[in-house]
Amino acid sequence: MNLKLETLTKIDEVITHYPEKRSATLPLLHLIQEDVGCIREEAIEWIAQKLGLQPINVYEVVTFYPMFRRQPIGRRHIKVCRTLSCALMGGYKTCETFEQEFNTRAGPTEVSPDGEVTVEFVECLASCGTAPVVLIDDELHQKVDCAKAKQLAAQIKAEAKK
Amino acid sequence: MSAPEQCRIIFRHIDEPGYSNDLACYVRHGGYEILKKSVAMKPEAIVDEVKKSGLRGRGGAGFGCGLKWSLLDRKSGKPVYLIVNADESEPGTFKDRYIIHQDPHQLLEGIMITCFANNVKLAYIYIRGEFPHGARILEKAIAEARAANFVGPNILGTAYGCEIYIHRGAGAYICGEETGLIESLEGKRPNPRIKPPYFPAVLGLYQCPTIVNNVETLCHVKHIADMGGEAFSKIGTPGNTGTRILCVSGHVQHPGYYEFEVGKITMGQLLNDVCGGPLPGRKFKAVIPGGSSAKILKFGERFKGKRKVGAEMVDYDWGVEDVPMDFDSLGMIGTMGGSGGVIVMDDSVNMVEALANINAFYAHESCGQCTPCREGSLWMKKITSRMVHGTARTEDAALLKSVADQIPGRTICAFGEACSWPTQSFLAKFGDEFKQYPETKKAAKPAGALELV
Ligand SMILES: Cc1cc2nc3c(=O)[nH]c(=O)nc-3n(C[C@H](O)[C@H](O)[C@H](O)COP(=O)(O)O)c2cc1C
Ligand code: SF4
Ligand code: FES
Repeated sequence: MNLKLETLTKIDEVITHYPEKRSATLPLLHLIQEDVGCIREEAIEWIAQKLGLQPINVYEVVTFYPMFRRQPIGRRHIKVCRTLSCALMGGYKTCETFEQEFNTRAGPTEVSPDGEVTVEFVECLASCGTAPVVLIDDELHQKVDCAKAKQLAAQIKAEAKK
Repeated sequence: MSAPEQCRIIFRHIDEPGYSNDLACYVRHGGYEILKKSVAMKPEAIVDEVKKSGLRGRGGAGFGCGLKWSLLDRKSGKPVYLIVNADESEPGTFKDRYIIHQDPHQLLEGIMITCFANNVKLAYIYIRGEFPHGARILEKAIAEARAANFVGPNILGTAYGCEIYIHRGAGAYICGEETGLIESLEGKRPNPRIKPPYFPAVLGLYQCPTIVNNVETLCHVKHIADMGGEAFSKIGTPGNTGTRILCVSGHVQHPGYYEFEVGKITMGQLLNDVCGGPLPGRKFKAVIPGGSSAKILKFGERFKGKRKVGAEMVDYDWGVEDVPMDFDSLGMIGTMGGSGGVIVMDDSVNMVEALANINAFYAHESCGQCTPCREGSLWMKKITSRMVHGTARTEDAALLKSVADQIPGRTICAFGEACSWPTQSFLAKFGDEFKQYPETKKAAKPAGALELV
């Protein structure tokens, strides 16, 4: 596995935060996913070895938590909130708009035909007062109605051309 | 009666122009002075002040904070840990987000005072994975506080030291449940533990005594250390002391976060005076008062009974608008203050569809350990989605109720209750709407009605 030097440094640092190494499982998964895009078999084995665990201990964590993925996704990750407060303000329409704009279906493993985005319908993002909300990569966008969704989609498409 | 003024203690600097989340700004506003004062006190004295304050946890259950601390198994000789619950995952709740992003040092000061009071040497902030910026802001704040000797070894020249680390979750609601959170922090699946014996105060993180407190709760600790328990207990109402942040979302003119003395504002004042009332041309239909797990209230229903005011028992006869927003009043009328997330629905909403939305959440989030919860939450979702997208039958109402009634009390954690209360309360209050749904579906949808599932 080819990890950046920076990732390796962070990994060694984060393990020291815990009296028991196993606790570093989630931080390591985050760091590796941020570096290489997803968690492959080799990453599971690498983490297990690093933390003195069996691969199954890591594998069961990867398969439980929604944020870890086992295959690469689109270059941009669009998470639209599905839960009640957002739905009451039009969250389903917002999600549909992104699906149409990128000719794709919402789903954690779906990728738009141009490889640009993965649209996912996720649960409450804890910003219900500014519904509907959308998290694009690390950036939260608030009050995203259809018009704003189209605008965001256009922006992503424009950035993709660069 | 118009609404009282907001009383912003925790949110004092939130959205204040020019207030930034760095240490220099915090110190300019008197930051860490209370920590300095606290480390000169006896730890037990701080715990006593928190007990006196009557502070109740803001994460959901409203459990006495001082009492929780006093249940720690101190005789075991094992280290004591503090875990800050920054998972903020209960639908309808969005308060900790603003503290973390805009005033992280307030939280850190509350944490350090709590750690000093309970002789904690290692604290973790468990922050939900969907707050990547929040995690970075906290990392930076901790580094600043460490450099200034407010966190780390020998703080402020004393013999006492304590480290704080950030631990990021990864998108699972059940990590908000304290024992699920502990499992997650140990690097495992967040399957909640059974109590007894696994009370965090006795057998928590690494089987050591552990305090789990919500972000807002720990911010209150800072202010209690400042003003004293007695003064704090005079804010709010007896048994429901201090201020509380109410997060209003859904169908009101001005959704948002508002901080009031607990119990000094009614639901009606909050929704009509503070939040501007219903959207144009609409009427309030229902409200969930404490996060999506809390039982729903129906506008028009009345609650009667006796309650204690001072030393006397007095009759009350309340509509939804008249209910004071505190733990005990909301508990008395069969729901809860929970996490402070108030979700409002107006007359454009069909209750079958709203419940189908909620049920999809719980079916997705059950950890799957207990059969009644895993299967029951899934069946409730399947039935309500089928009602909306497939065939709806009159007898579905009874079927839903029977599924929901078989979950609570039969599971490892309170998620069992949390997932069945919506279905139970929607059916108890809007049962007719469920029975009529097959007919309703044949008619055209009302104008403005949105897809909810
Ligand atoms: C299913 C479930 C989810 C929960 N989610 C949260 C949460 O997101 N944040 C939180 O602070 N407490 C949450 N709680 C409550 C915690 O278990 C715990 O009671 C709380 O963090 C204690 O802190 P407090 O006493 O300061 O309120 C949840 C409880 C349950 C049963
Ligand atoms: S009640 Fe549900 S969430 Fe809680 S432990 Fe059981 S299956 Fe898991
Ligand atoms: S319901 Fe969408 S952020 Fe909470």
